[in-house]
Amino acid sequence: MKSLRWILGAVVLIIILYSILFYPFQILIYEDLPFIPVLRRIIFILLLSAAFCLYRIFKGPTALDRIVAIDILGILIIGLCSVLTISTGRSWYIDIGIAWGLQSFIGTIALSKYMEGRDFDD
Amino acid sequence: MIDTIGIVLIGIGIFFDLFGCLGLIRFPDLYNRLQASTKCVTFGTGSILFGTFLIVGFTAAGIKALFTIVFIVLTAPVSAHVLARSAHKANIKLWDKSVCDKLNEDENE
Repeated sequence: MKSLRWILGAVVLIIILYSILFYPFQILIYEDLPFIPVLRRIIFILLLSAAFCLYRIFKGPTALDRIVAIDILGILIIGLCSVLTISTGRSWYIDIGIAWGLQSFIGTIALSKYMEGRDFDD
Repeated sequence: MIDTIGIVLIGIGIFFDLFGCLGLIRFPDLYNRLQASTKCVTFGTGSILFGTFLIVGFTAAGIKALFTIVFIVLTAPVSAHVLARSAHKANIKLWDKSVCDKLNEDENE
């Protein structure tokens, strides 16, 4: 039964990845670099990972599970901004990544110190 | 040539991100989830940023990508440590099959 569940999950994941990588989306393609279409496809895998994080935020039994998922979501968004920097050719996307990482770090530390049940000047 | 190395690094990083978030769903415990997701996502995003630096080169975006790698490597273990410490102090139970809890033993002595 357990192996059946594992095989089912693997098949679903492979179908999703196959449809991401080979389904013909209508995407505007720049002609600068030869692998830009591959990068445009790869962004959808990052969005799938973000969907997993949103599932954990929705389902998590305690509040700290949700804080863990929010932290990981911030780090994913830094990678997304980095890929968008290459695929669109605009250098200010990485600035959004730096700012998001800083805010995410401060927010995670503040929320976890608040959940600990002590003062902030510990 | 160096563009090929960069796109390979970006692919490796994105699949590390995917497997880290899969661990975020599949693992049974807060501490296991924190371990899997933090390590995998930090290495994955660091690899993506380094691939970006290799493709873009020494421009403004490339130097900012290097600074972001340094920032992530400094801050992600700190936030993970604070999260695990506050979870242990908020009395969140370990998984049933966990082997040992050395911090609890130290505090009870």
